[in-house]
Amino acid sequence: MDTFQQALAEQVAEQHRHHGKALFFYVWGALLAMTAIEVYLTYQSMQPVKMLAILLGLSFIKAALIIGYFMHLKYEVSRMKWLTMCSVVACLILMTIFFFPDAKRIIDLGVK
Amino acid sequence: MADSALQNIPSVYEPSLFGTYSKKIGMWLFLLSDTLTFGALLYAYSYGRISTPDWPTPFHSESIINATIMTAFLLTSSLTMVLAVRASVHRDAKLQTIWLLATMLCGTGFIVLHGREWSTLIAEGLSLPMFPKVPHHEVAAEFANVSKTVPQFAATFFGLTGMHMLHVTLGVIYLGVVALRRKFIPILLVLWLVAWLGTPAYSPFHYGAHILLIAAIVCGIILWLKPKVYDSSDVEVAGLYWHFVDLVWMFIFPLVYLMSAKILH
Repeated sequence: MDTFQQALAEQVAEQHRHHGKALFFYVWGALLAMTAIEVYLTYQSMQPVKMLAILLGLSFIKAALIIGYFMHLKYEVSRMKWLTMCSVVACLILMTIFFFPDAKRIIDLGVK
Repeated sequence: MADSALQNIPSVYEPSLFGTYSKKIGMWLFLLSDTLTFGALLYAYSYGRISTPDWPTPFHSESIINATIMTAFLLTSSLTMVLAVRASVHRDAKLQTIWLLATMLCGTGFIVLHGREWSTLIAEGLSLPMFPKVPHHEVAAEFANVSKTVPQFAATFFGLTGMHMLHVTLGVIYLGVVALRRKFIPILLVLWLVAWLGTPAYSPFHYGAHILLIAAIVCGIILWLKPKVYDSSDVEVAGLYWHFVDLVWMFIFPLVYLMSAKILH
């Protein structure tokens, strides 16, 4: 690794040194609690679409916690945050726009 | 603050656009592309789920409990991974190795539980044409017609969870190389022999175990060509990969397992 890369790596390591250990335990606890809520909701009599919306909502919160705190993206420079997240979200939105209406069209046609 | 601080490092090169070292940017780019791989598999599963009226719901409470424990294993492994990164930036090599080994242990627990669940489902009759037939096993009533009427269930289920299991396996190997370097190669070879000889010939894990042999050869070549002591930046980059594997499971668990749970009233 050249001097510049080493200096960058050391600067990133310095940022890491300032994070307390307790924060990671709080995030881990929150992730476990949300998983327990998901399992509890599975056994409640709920409309599938409503349940899917709640489960996906919780999954996105869990994903945000993992990306933000465990993957450290919350502390990266804003360019990194926006470029990575916007590009991947845009691709997933495009897939949603194309796939799901078609899947619903098939079931509306009554195809068995 | 970080933006301005990172621009002040003197160098003959241009300042880093993303304010971090290139290895980490490379891993982020790989993870973004891998997100789309898993996105495509998750969308394929969801497409089948929405468009098929008689979608199977084979996951009994035992399966849900098993998958919940697997989730807890992965979440705990993410915690031990950040603690390994923390130990590495504080230059505590011993603690770093301990937390990396704890992460590998949780990952291995996840793979074992997942493998056990796959084996149960295959023995009950949920299978793919490429899997060998299980001798002396009756097909469970709920799977008797699934392969004929809803073949996309087994295809998308095994495709999605198999791809994830492969990522977890490669993640454990990656962490093993970072934690133990050359010492990990003989361990990997022993694991290959145990997995290969310890599983029956009809199990997909019997021939899947050869991934460990291929990984041992590839890791051996890499460590022979470029022997090095892995520093905090290597541990952080390995951590990014590991957290991503955990992240993907946060979507597979509710979409595949919880939405297909068999609810008995």
